[in-house]
Amino acid sequence: MRLTKRIWMRSMIGAAAAMAVGGAAWAQGAPIKIGVLATLEGPFAAGGADGMRGAELAIKQRGGMVAGRKIEMVKASSNANPDVAVNAVRKLVEQDKVDIVVGPLSGGEGIAVKDYSKTQPNMTFINGGSGAQATTLVNPSPNFFRFNTEGAQWMVGLGKAAIDKGYKRVMVIAEDYAFPYSQVQGFMAEYCKLGGKVPVKAWVPLGGKDYSSVIARIPNNVDALLVVLGGADAVNFLNQYEAAGGDKPMMGGSITVSQDVLNYRGKRRDSLVGTMSAGPYADSFDGAEWKAFVADYQKNFPVSAGGYPSPSLFALVYYTNMKAALDGLDAVKGDLSGGQAKYREALSKMELKMPTGTVKLDANRQAIGSTFVTEVVKDAKGELTTRVLRKVDNVDQLLGMKKEDFQIGSRDVPACP
Amino acid sequence: MSAAPWRRSMNGGLRGPTAAGAAPPLAAVVVTSQGKPDVRGAAGDAPAGFRRSWQHLRAHHVLVGVLLLVLPFVATPFMTFQVAAQSLVLGLIALSLTFLGGYGGMVSLAQMSVAGMAGYAVAILGVSSTEVSLGWPWWLAVPFAVLIATACATVIGWLSVRTEGIYTIMITLAFGVAFYYLVLQNYTVFNGFQGFQKVYPPQLLGIDWRDPRPFYFLSLFWALAGYLAVKWLVRTPFGVALQGVRDNPRRMAALGFHVVAHRVAAYAVAGAIAAVGGVLLVWYNGLISPGSVNTGWQINILVIAVLGGMRHPIGAFLGAAVFVLLQTFAIDVIDRERFNLVIGVVFLAIVLFSPDGLLGLWAKLRSRFGPNRTVIPPPTRH
Amino acid sequence: MRWDARAWAWLLIGGPIALFSLWAIVDNTRLYFVTLLNGLTLASLYFIVASGFTLVFGLMRNVNLAHGSLYLLGGYVGFYVAERTGWWVLAIAAGFLAAAIAGLLIQVLILRRMQGEDLRQTMVTIGLSIVIADLLLWAFTAQVHQMEAPQWLQGPIRNLPLIKAYSAYRLSLLVFGVAIGVFLWWLLTRTTVGAMIRAGVDDRQMLAASGVNVNLVFAVTFMLGAGLAGLGGVIGAVELSMVPGEDTRLLLASLIVVIVGGMGSVVGAALGAVILGLAETYGLAYAPTYSVVFTFVILILVLAFRPRGILGRPA
Repeated sequence: MRLTKRIWMRSMIGAAAAMAVGGAAWAQGAPIKIGVLATLEGPFAAGGADGMRGAELAIKQRGGMVAGRKIEMVKASSNANPDVAVNAVRKLVEQDKVDIVVGPLSGGEGIAVKDYSKTQPNMTFINGGSGAQATTLVNPSPNFFRFNTEGAQWMVGLGKAAIDKGYKRVMVIAEDYAFPYSQVQGFMAEYCKLGGKVPVKAWVPLGGKDYSSVIARIPNNVDALLVVLGGADAVNFLNQYEAAGGDKPMMGGSITVSQDVLNYRGKRRDSLVGTMSAGPYADSFDGAEWKAFVADYQKNFPVSAGGYPSPSLFALVYYTNMKAALDGLDAVKGDLSGGQAKYREALSKMELKMPTGTVKLDANRQAIGSTFVTEVVKDAKGELTTRVLRKVDNVDQLLGMKKEDFQIGSRDVPACP
Repeated sequence: MSAAPWRRSMNGGLRGPTAAGAAPPLAAVVVTSQGKPDVRGAAGDAPAGFRRSWQHLRAHHVLVGVLLLVLPFVATPFMTFQVAAQSLVLGLIALSLTFLGGYGGMVSLAQMSVAGMAGYAVAILGVSSTEVSLGWPWWLAVPFAVLIATACATVIGWLSVRTEGIYTIMITLAFGVAFYYLVLQNYTVFNGFQGFQKVYPPQLLGIDWRDPRPFYFLSLFWALAGYLAVKWLVRTPFGVALQGVRDNPRRMAALGFHVVAHRVAAYAVAGAIAAVGGVLLVWYNGLISPGSVNTGWQINILVIAVLGGMRHPIGAFLGAAVFVLLQTFAIDVIDRERFNLVIGVVFLAIVLFSPDGLLGLWAKLRSRFGPNRTVIPPPTRH
Repeated sequence: MRWDARAWAWLLIGGPIALFSLWAIVDNTRLYFVTLLNGLTLASLYFIVASGFTLVFGLMRNVNLAHGSLYLLGGYVGFYVAERTGWWVLAIAAGFLAAAIAGLLIQVLILRRMQGEDLRQTMVTIGLSIVIADLLLWAFTAQVHQMEAPQWLQGPIRNLPLIKAYSAYRLSLLVFGVAIGVFLWWLLTRTTVGAMIRAGVDDRQMLAASGVNVNLVFAVTFMLGAGLAGLGGVIGAVELSMVPGEDTRLLLASLIVVIVGGMGSVVGAALGAVILGLAETYGLAYAPTYSVVFTFVILILVLAFRPRGILGRPA
């Protein structure tokens, strides 16, 4: 019994100390505490770490100060489970007493944090990397902002590119959960409208690596495969597909055509040339802000210090959201009084210049941004790389549809067999 | 597996002062003329038993009781809710494992799944923000949820207990993972990957029971109820027979006890405790998803139970408190990426050096530095 | 009476399977037979990993829940050896050895001190699995490691009757599985060590009483079991890729194979592996949403009617 009591005494003293420190932050000119939540544990740890780097980059670019106040970044970690994420956010808000929360990283966590944000109306929550459609479409929260586009928006433009290339029938191979649903919807909304047909959708159970059965089911009369798998899983699929004697062209989801795929050394390497994909950024985009962003990332986080050769998707989205948070603070000159109402109003009305183009928010505080359609090409050295086919601006969450017609992506929605 | 090696294996960690003078529980029981053990002396008829419990009340019981009641008024809402209440809820679920493993001799890795079943049942039958929910009122949804989860626990028990003790871990692990994949892949009933959000306790008597203080008292009430229930149950004829089955099933069968029935009943009781914990857990989280019942959590409950020590029900709550504190405050101290490593090493250290967990450490320290007396009642094996 | 029960069992289980097969062959013959091959080759991988698990349990009554982590360890080591040297055969040997040495260390340093305390040993293996998994995550990061098949096994075998083309590497899995099965049979029935292992599975105390160095036999068995897991890891790294989480999946597969087939029986492991492999691949091909749940239904049925597994032996 005494052991438990000792633990409680120590934790109460700790809590009292934390309260004392937290109270001081409300004074003007005092540092602004921004809590950043990313998946630093488990399989997504590498992505979460890069997300943290993206957030840190946004702070570093301002020299650690905004509107005359110092920025204090408090890190929190989760493991892609919603309950852990809510516990982590609750600690940031109630124990560490942060002023703004940026995060989380994964889709399911985003919905849980959005629900939590409704219980803290005087706090502002800005997304980190989570890309579930439901976060801002179903029961949106007045103080949850998402400045990055989500999974369905990332695929806008690919449908038209597929029709232009002559793919009239496409088979979808994707993992069986929310993110691929949204990606497939983003593709099919346009593709079906332009007359394309998707006769078969193969949903692979999460975590399954054995694609032999799916490959056996590929019908002969499809023109191409839309593969929405992670980059490394896509390589696994390619290996198994090649080994089974398949030869249909492939289109990739936003995370499919990654470095792993571009470094593919199998016999079908040449057939990868011409693989199209779409996403919120493109390594080969030659916009000035994008190049500056990449250079900044590489300077601050060289490979020797653990950074990637080029910023990943997670670094970009966390950077976007943190930059938006800081730009908003600039707009209200650091005034977070009155339950942060002025701050949130400023955030809703901002039009931001991001590395990938302009971003503004819709009525549900969801970003309207740009999407890049890319294609794999062979460069002068014979290596595989991507080039931008098309940049689509002003992509909104409803994918150009009317609110009454729009349904969130699922296994059967949309369908055009 | 035969009796002697089992007893040896369980006593292996108890060498030392605690084993000396410790009689196995059955020896304390008088065998009446009918051949059935007579335990009336232990639990007794109600007034005598009640008087006996008052006699067992010690100063430290009162102190702890007062502290528990006063805590929410002294600590911050965060500590009350995220640390204290969560420890109580997780402790309740781990209590079911302590009961099953410590007193029944069956270590089941499916307790978190049973808790998850109750949580999912509350979410499906009751009110949530997902369309799949049926929207029953809480006083209908919660009892049904507990019933469903207990029934499932009984079935799991029946399927697991007809083999030897060591199979139980494997089979229950497999069941737990089966449940995880079921809720992950099925969308019509379990809403798959998304799970259910906004599963909140009801507003009753003008109080929002999810506010830190009311929820803390709710969890405290049920944790205490579970704790007292287990303490009472192990002294009833059923409880003593269960411990007999744990120690020597062959002999108990020869004495006329239905070994399988006792074991399945133990699973049912443990299932009920875990189910109540599961309802509280889904109310605490406000949501339930496949991630709440994955392999990680199944192992975590085992870690909690072993951490505290399976020799006494309080071990479950002790282990839960340490686990929650580690989980909440570890990021301030170590690189959060290596949290699993820390938990794994702690668990390994406990199993290697102090199989009775923190309670065992405590007992060793007391016997080393405390006054010379048999402070520990006959140790319950884990 | 017994004949009737068995006939009923064959009818109730074989009947639906025969009906389904008839429908599937008529519906899409190629798919049916490709899936059959897929299932058998997957079963070979499961058999290689599960045979180690069942050996350790059968002899030492130790549920080694760190088996999956050893699979992962072997796979990662094999991956790096293949990358450095380019020799796939070397990678297999390296994976086998790495896991075997790890197993030996675990047995000698930790498990030997708890002889007879089965539950405590199992808990130790749980703790070890958590620690090993996190150490591997730290060392190799969560990046997916995809090993390449050796040159002579890459690509499809073409011009096969009916199924037209099939992955050469996958067919080689079948060859591996059979080879390991034959090796284990030879080891267990034709060598002295094998005789000692079989005797120990039947009656540990008698084995010790007859003067055999039981500790040595235990160490050798654990090494063999762990090594088989590591070997499976290298082979699986090509087909299924290495990623944190594979350890739990393979451990689970081993558990199901052994529960269904029977503890301590290598033939049982083969039977269980075939059942699991076929169930999984047919499930994935014809009803992908519930393929995993389907395998668990089989598990539950076996537990309900034959708790010790199909070929299991009483204690």
